Amino acid sequence: MEKIIKINHLQKSFGAIEVLKDINFSVSKGEVVCIIGSSGSGKSTLLRCLNLLEIPSSGEVVYHGQNILEQKMSNAVYRAKMGMVFQQFNLFNNLNVLDNCVIGQVKVLKKNTAAAKKTALDYLELVGMSQFINAKPHQISGGQKQRVAIARALSMEPEALLFDEPTSALDPEMVGEVLKVMKNLAKSGLTMLIVTHEMAFARDVANRVVFMDSGVIVEDDVPDVVFNNPNNERTRIFLKRILEN
Amino acid sequence: MAVDANSSFITWVLYILQSSWPLFLRGAQVTLIISLSGTIIGFLIGVLIGIIRTIPIDHNTNLFKRIVLKIIDYFLLCYIEVFRGTPMMVQAMVIFYGSAMIYGIRMSPIFAGVFIVSINTGAYMAEIVRGGIISIDKGQFEASHAIGMTHAQTMISIVLPQAIRNILPALSNEFVINIKDTSVLNVIGVTELYFQSNSAAGNNFRYFEVFLITCIIYFIMTFTVTRILRYFEAKLEGPSVYTIHGSQTVPEAEIKISTGSKKNGKNH
Repeated sequence: MEKIIKINHLQKSFGAIEVLKDINFSVSKGEVVCIIGSSGSGKSTLLRCLNLLEIPSSGEVVYHGQNILEQKMSNAVYRAKMGMVFQQFNLFNNLNVLDNCVIGQVKVLKKNTAAAKKTALDYLELVGMSQFINAKPHQISGGQKQRVAIARALSMEPEALLFDEPTSALDPEMVGEVLKVMKNLAKSGLTMLIVTHEMAFARDVANRVVFMDSGVIVEDDVPDVVFNNPNNERTRIFLKRILEN
Repeated sequence: MAVDANSSFITWVLYILQSSWPLFLRGAQVTLIISLSGTIIGFLIGVLIGIIRTIPIDHNTNLFKRIVLKIIDYFLLCYIEVFRGTPMMVQAMVIFYGSAMIYGIRMSPIFAGVFIVSINTGAYMAEIVRGGIISIDKGQFEASHAIGMTHAQTMISIVLPQAIRNILPALSNEFVINIKDTSVLNVIGVTELYFQSNSAAGNNFRYFEVFLITCIIYFIMTFTVTRILRYFEAKLEGPSVYTIHGSQTVPEAEIKISTGSKKNGKNH
């Protein structure tokens, strides 16, 4: 399998606090990887390092054989290849649903507006939001916002999509609609990296599950092994606590 | 119309209006020109400075850029502090007479007026715009960077439209203040409304009547301006109604949804 991203000895500190310690990990094309772990274990930071929203303190982020931290490739070009979906949606509040999906294509990919609109409409259709193209973000519900955010990321036609707890800020009844969209994307063969607390989803959809604790990767295996027969005691304790709730 | 010292108050007001209306009109015109252009130029100065002062400096920024930004920032801070910290009337005297004495530049009073009001407003607006920019949710910057937009693109397409929308009330405040504060420019001989009123009062030896009229004219100007800017605020808010596209081919299938966003515009 072709490796899209490979992380070597990644380390990240905020001041004196070491959030990520010597992370080694890779994502192949078409893989769906779920990252689980308790709050503060560094999973979001890891994801943000992949999109350079946080700059790693040391280590390498290798994208198709090229270390992007060496600045040979511009951050903007690389970021356009790594779509990101945020916990808080972060839709552009001054733009309507359609323009949210168009602006990146026009400004970054330099597409013409008509082509960009067509692409945007296709992806909005895919997430079931094409009816709402002229609504502003504050006029739609949380689940709808997150679906638009997914369409916005897809409109850039990225190589991989990073999800940072996409359902954690949603009302329970809206979680389903977002997970359904993500499930369909996974089936379509998109490379996805998902930080999540939805264990059932991870078990169902992921090809691989990564368990993180205190800034290190404790477990990295297929869902069946991680959930039913974990190698590490810490994974067992975490899953037991989660599944009890 | 004949008036004398025993004429009633109303008679005097009518007489002054009848005889001195061109003075009031010209004065109001100069006041509006100076305050309008001063506010617009000051706003542009403020936006420019606000943008410069919010350029992010992180460990990726190279040393040269970091030093240049620090120096510029220092000068901008001096500008803001000096012009916020001294009265506009005094600034007018210093700039108008100073430029004539030291550089031999003889500014026309109106030009001097616009110049002084602009740099004064700029100093205030710089801080207002900076506040507007830092009040925008960090997620807006992150989402924009995450799809590969540069800092400049983020500012122009995403952050400034939201920040400016949020600072419009402060801008309308500045405009109103400017309409009133141009009256201090009479010290450098700008023939604005207060200056003209003084002439009218001197001509007639009636101060109360003249300045009551002046008062009303000032109020009409400021009230009109706030109403107009309120209208623009509502415009920028966008419609509170959006259309559901039932079908791309059957327009009748469209449904209008009203969300009452006027009240909850800030909710996420």
